[in-house]
Amino acid sequence: MSTSSLSRRHFLMGTALAGSAAFLGLPRMARAEALDKLTVGFIYVGPKDDYGYNQAHAEGAAALKSIPGVTVVEEENVPETIDVQKTMESMINFDGATLLFPTSFGYFDPHILEMAAKYPDVRFEHAGGMWQADKHPTNVGSYFGYIGMGQYLNGVVAGHMTKTKKIGFVAAKPIPQVLLNVNSFLLGARSVDPTITCQVIFTGEWSLAVKEAEATNALCDAGCDVITCHVDSPKVVIETAAGRGAYVCGYHANQSSLAPDKYLTGAEWNWSKVYTDMITATMAGEPIPNFVRGGLAEGFIKMSPLGPAVTPEAKADFEAKQAEILKGGFAVIKGPLKDNKGNVIAAEGEAFVETDVKLESMDYLVEGVLGSTS
Amino acid sequence: MADVTAMVQAGARAGAGEGWRAALARKSEAVVLPVGALLAGLAIFGFFLMTQGKSPAEFYGLVYKAGFGSWFSWQNTLSRAAPLLFAALCVALPARLGLVVIGGEGAIVLGGVAAGALGVVLSGASSWVGLPLMALAAALVGGLWIGTVGALRHYRGVNETIASLLMSYIAIALMNHIVEGPLRDPASLNKPSTAPLPDALRVGNIPGAELHWGLPVGILCCILSWALIDRTTWGFAARIAGGNVRAAQVQGLPVGRLILGFTALGGAFAGLAGFFETSAVLGSANASLAAGYGFTGILIAFLARHNPLAIIPVACLLAGFEASSGLIQRRMDLPDATVLVLQGFVFVAILLSDALYGRFKIFTPERWRT
Repeated sequence: MSTSSLSRRHFLMGTALAGSAAFLGLPRMARAEALDKLTVGFIYVGPKDDYGYNQAHAEGAAALKSIPGVTVVEEENVPETIDVQKTMESMINFDGATLLFPTSFGYFDPHILEMAAKYPDVRFEHAGGMWQADKHPTNVGSYFGYIGMGQYLNGVVAGHMTKTKKIGFVAAKPIPQVLLNVNSFLLGARSVDPTITCQVIFTGEWSLAVKEAEATNALCDAGCDVITCHVDSPKVVIETAAGRGAYVCGYHANQSSLAPDKYLTGAEWNWSKVYTDMITATMAGEPIPNFVRGGLAEGFIKMSPLGPAVTPEAKADFEAKQAEILKGGFAVIKGPLKDNKGNVIAAEGEAFVETDVKLESMDYLVEGVLGSTS
Repeated sequence: MADVTAMVQAGARAGAGEGWRAALARKSEAVVLPVGALLAGLAIFGFFLMTQGKSPAEFYGLVYKAGFGSWFSWQNTLSRAAPLLFAALCVALPARLGLVVIGGEGAIVLGGVAAGALGVVLSGASSWVGLPLMALAAALVGGLWIGTVGALRHYRGVNETIASLLMSYIAIALMNHIVEGPLRDPASLNKPSTAPLPDALRVGNIPGAELHWGLPVGILCCILSWALIDRTTWGFAARIAGGNVRAAQVQGLPVGRLILGFTALGGAFAGLAGFFETSAVLGSANASLAAGYGFTGILIAFLARHNPLAIIPVACLLAGFEASSGLIQRRMDLPDATVLVLQGFVFVAILLSDALYGRFKIFTPERWRT
């Protein structure tokens, strides 16, 4: 960062000497000093009001609008194709955006990487990506939260509330982020009762309402009485499950308004805090680190307020475990632990804390999860 | 039979050397009516905007600015148009035979997977060997996929519209299985993809523009398709079969082979769209291939009245609408669906205008005959 801003300053001086006419056409130079104005662009892969992934980011973006000098421009339903490259360029060219948050995972490679090479003075911040110093440009950063901990706490409440000892998970794709959530949900429940099992159904798509409803119904038919999910928009799962009489745990955003009686709690992103911190730093002329991660303790994620159905025992256990997580160093994946095919994941005494990057390449379902990754 | 007679008569008249004014009148109907319908659609949408308290002038100003107002805007529009050209051909070619194929998305997706998969095998090959082979593989897979729709139609009497749509879902499921299973690059953690293509197997940009070669190839395919339909006996036979399949059979035209050929050709073009998406844009095959180009292609083909030459401007127009969608969201605070509503108005207006052909005396050649 420091070397590049130095060269930028030299470049600035050079252009100033050479005459500023040519400079007018260039994008505004990156922040070496405090700014009084900043245009930030947010790009979402789905609708901003999806009760899920995109809404969580849009709520974060909305929090920035009150910061003086900050202009927020947004675009929703942008596919992970050349569309998103053109959207980024359009925000840079037409709106003068110098800080972009293309929020979908699939925007990273190749789209953000190509735009970052083309616009070295624009900062690109990407949710979920694995920024690597040796591979990726310095004007790109990635940030994410340890939301698996939230699913663990969902599981703790679910473990207390389930009567059938079967809980269900509607999942999009068998990728590391999703598998960690499924495993954490079950392990949370098993911290209450080790006989609990969790059935997972993968829909294969991030947003496919019909299959999500079918999967939810199938889980209810199989006797699951607490259901959560990891799809872009949990609305269908929450409403369908609650309609069938099951308890629900939320994900991405707060869905309690969709099922006030059946909603237990939920693992929510707290992007408004993350974004406010990043923008405040940028306005002050400080760089944003290229690799940012945080969990419950750092305020990157938060839990929905417990619903009315949650029993006092469940509440007490939830609060105790949340306090433990907040202390730091808590490991959900710890030995002795096997996957659901019998392979050893962690030996006795072995533990993967939330910050362990190994968890970001998870490819197994733990023992007790009924389902398969392929 | 009536269509054949009309066509032969028209040909005879043209051959008999009708005056230039008569010829102009006949030709201009095919331009004036759709353009008029387009303008009517835009005008009605303008009223719709006013009911929402938004300014149509601002709206169309932004469409112009973001879609057509500068070199950047044109590049934005044209880069979106490239896959749409191929997708529209996949609808337009079978449509000349009277077949409504709406599942081009499946051929695009599988074409992209085929190109990505072959690219992994061919890593190390030079561009001149690798890229044509990948394009060929994509066209072959796409052609087989939509050709199957034609075969089901011809041999088993299965409705091609339903078959192609359902097969596109199968294609997407197949693609997901392939990129998440056998061909998944283990390094593609949260976005399952095939292994990244080496630089030699990436289609580059046209010199001096940020547009990949899919655009000129797409335009070329449109021109070739037009020549096929308008300038060859195959095309003539297809148009007859499309007008009246029984008449074509009675005349001894090879209807079965025409159906298979035209559906397969349409599918091959859609497969090429997949090849360019994988090789020029994405750099590996993954779920982003299913971006809905196949469905926008349906709209374009119908708006172009299945004329391959007309597909070029119509694709640019719709791509321009889509290119402006972002600026409209940002500046006018309108939802993303606004452009879909606009497309809907234009689509309905142009479909309705079909009923107006032959209604305006000014376009009848007889009136201008000297």
